Amino acid sequence: MLEVRVAHAFSGFSLDVAFDAPMGITALFGRSGAGKTSIVKAVAGILQVDSARVVVGGEVLEDSVSGVRLAVPARRIGYVFQEPRLFPHLSVAANLRYGMRGGDMEPVVRMLGIKDLLSRRPGALSGGEAQRVAIGRALLSRPRLLLLDEPLAALDESRKAEILPYLERLRDEAGIPILYVSHSVPEIARLATTLVAIDAGRVLRVGPAPELLSDPDIAPVIGVREAGAIVAAQVTRHHADGLTELACSAGTIFLPRLALPEGGAVRIRIEAQDVMLAGTRPEAISALNVLPVAITARRAGAGPGVMLQLRAGDDLLLARVTARSAAAMGLVEGWTGYAIVKSVAVAAADVGQT
Amino acid sequence: MSALLGPAEWEAVALSLRVALLATLASLPFGIAVAWLLARLRFPGHGLLNGLVHLPLILPPVVTGYLLLLTFSPQAPLGATLEAMGLGVAFRWTGAALAAGIMAFPLMVRAMRLSLESVDPKLEEAAATLGASRLRVFATITLPLMLPGILTGTILAFAKAMGEFGATITFVSNIPGETRTVPSAIYAFLQVPGGEGAAWRLVVVSIAIAMAALVMSEWLARRVAARIGGQDA
Repeated sequence: MLEVRVAHAFSGFSLDVAFDAPMGITALFGRSGAGKTSIVKAVAGILQVDSARVVVGGEVLEDSVSGVRLAVPARRIGYVFQEPRLFPHLSVAANLRYGMRGGDMEPVVRMLGIKDLLSRRPGALSGGEAQRVAIGRALLSRPRLLLLDEPLAALDESRKAEILPYLERLRDEAGIPILYVSHSVPEIARLATTLVAIDAGRVLRVGPAPELLSDPDIAPVIGVREAGAIVAAQVTRHHADGLTELACSAGTIFLPRLALPEGGAVRIRIEAQDVMLAGTRPEAISALNVLPVAITARRAGAGPGVMLQLRAGDDLLLARVTARSAAAMGLVEGWTGYAIVKSVAVAAADVGQT
Repeated sequence: MSALLGPAEWEAVALSLRVALLATLASLPFGIAVAWLLARLRFPGHGLLNGLVHLPLILPPVVTGYLLLLTFSPQAPLGATLEAMGLGVAFRWTGAALAAGIMAFPLMVRAMRLSLESVDPKLEEAAATLGASRLRVFATITLPLMLPGILTGTILAFAKAMGEFGATITFVSNIPGETRTVPSAIYAFLQVPGGEGAAWRLVVVSIAIAMAALVMSEWLARRVAARIGGQDA
C-alpha cells in the first residue's frame, strides 16, 4: 500500500529508513530527534532529501533512481501538522473547501463533528476544534495518503480524549493509509495498526502493533515504565456496580465502566508494571482480573527489573517484575501461572475502539 | 474646491493628485514583487537590490532627480528610445510621476516587506499540501494576509508622492500645467511678491490631504486586521 525509503545526511545526523505499510494507521514511533518528522516531510515532498522512494497505492511520487519527483501540490498527500495551520482570514467552511476535490463535505463534517463550527473563524476555535477542522481539511482534498505529525502533541489531556475517537473512526473509515508520528505510547497503543520503531535515524523494527508492543526487546525503546501490551477484547456486559465485563481470548476482564455498547470490539493497553504474577490461582484477593499465562520470552533490564512476555490465550502480555522475584519464583521461559491485573489500573484512555 | 482656489492653484492640486495616483498605482505591482523577493528569497545580489531600493531615501533628492535626467533626457540613449516610441517622460507630467514613484518606492516596499515577513510560511506550506500551486498560494494566502502592509505602503507612498519636490523639480522642472505640482507651485508662489496668499492656500490643501491619507490608512488597517484575525465570519 505504502512504500517509503528515505536517506538524507543532515549535519551531524544521518537518516536512512525504509519500510512498507499496509492500510490502517502506521505509527512512526521514537524519541524526539529520532527523525520521524523528517521522514514525514520527505514523504510529503516538503523536505528535499538526498535519496528517496515514495510509492502510494502503486503510484510513484518520488524515486531518486528514475528521477521522479512530484511537486508538493501534485502528490495529493493530506498533511495534518502539529499546529492546525488553519488560514486565519477564511471561515472554517472556506478552510475546508480550500483543497476540496469535488464531492460533498457533509460526511467528513459529520464524522468529525464540526458542523456547528462552519461559519466561525479559526480565531474563535479551541485547540481541539481547530485540529479537527485541520483533519477535515486534509481529508476533503481526497488524499492518497494522510500524514498526521503529532496532531495531539499541542493539546491537553481532555482535548486529546476528545479527538482520539475521531482518529479511530478515521483509521477504520477513511480507506487510505495513514502515517502517524508520535512519541506518546498510549496514543500509539490505541491507534496503530502497524508500528515502525525509529531510533537515531534508523528503523529498529517494523511489524503489527500488537506484536511489537508485546516484544520485550522493544520495551527499552518505548521506556520500561510505559511499555505495555495490547489485548483484543469484546464488551459483554455492563454491571450495575459500575464495572464493564469484557471477554478476551484468555478469559474475562473487568474494567471500570466503559462508554461503549455491548458487543463492541476494543483494544486494551495493559502496562507491564501493572501486571503481577502468581504461581497458583490466588484466593481472597482484591484484584478482579486473573488470567492463566505462560512465559514465552524474558529480557533482563539494565536495572533491577526483568521484562517478561506472557501468552494469555491468543494474546500476548508484558509483565515487569524485579529480578529478585524472577529468581525466587523461577520465572523463565515455559513457566506457567497466573497474571493479575487490577481493574482500576487500566485508564479509560487505554481502551480504544477497534 | 475651485471656489476656494485660484485656477493656477487648482491646476497644481489636480496635477499633484494625478501624478501621485499614477506613481502609486504603477509602482504597486513592482513594490509587491520586490517586497516578496527581499522577504522570501535569498539570492546573490539580495543586498544590492535592498540597497538600490533604499537609495532614494538616503540620497539627496536633487541627486536622484539629476540621475533621472541623465538617464531619461532625450539626449540619453534610453531617453531617446522612449522619445521615439512616444513614451518620453522628460519635462512631462509622467516624468513627475516617475520621479515621485521612485522617491516613494522605499516607503512602499518597507511596509509591504514587514507585513509579508509576518505571514507564516507554514500556512503557505499547508496550502501547497492541499494541492494549491505557487501562484494560487500567493493569491489566496500570502496576498490577503499581507493586505494591511499593502494598504499602509500604498497610502504612505501616495502621501510621499504628493509631497515630492527635489527630484521632481530637478528632473522635469516647474512647468505650469505640466510639471508644476503642489510643492513646486508653493515654491513658485513664494518666489513672486504677493504670492503668499496662494502659497498658504496650497499649504492648507497639502495638510488636509496628508491628514486624510493618515486617517484613512489607520481606519483601513484596523478594518483589515479585524477581518484577518477576527473571530466571526
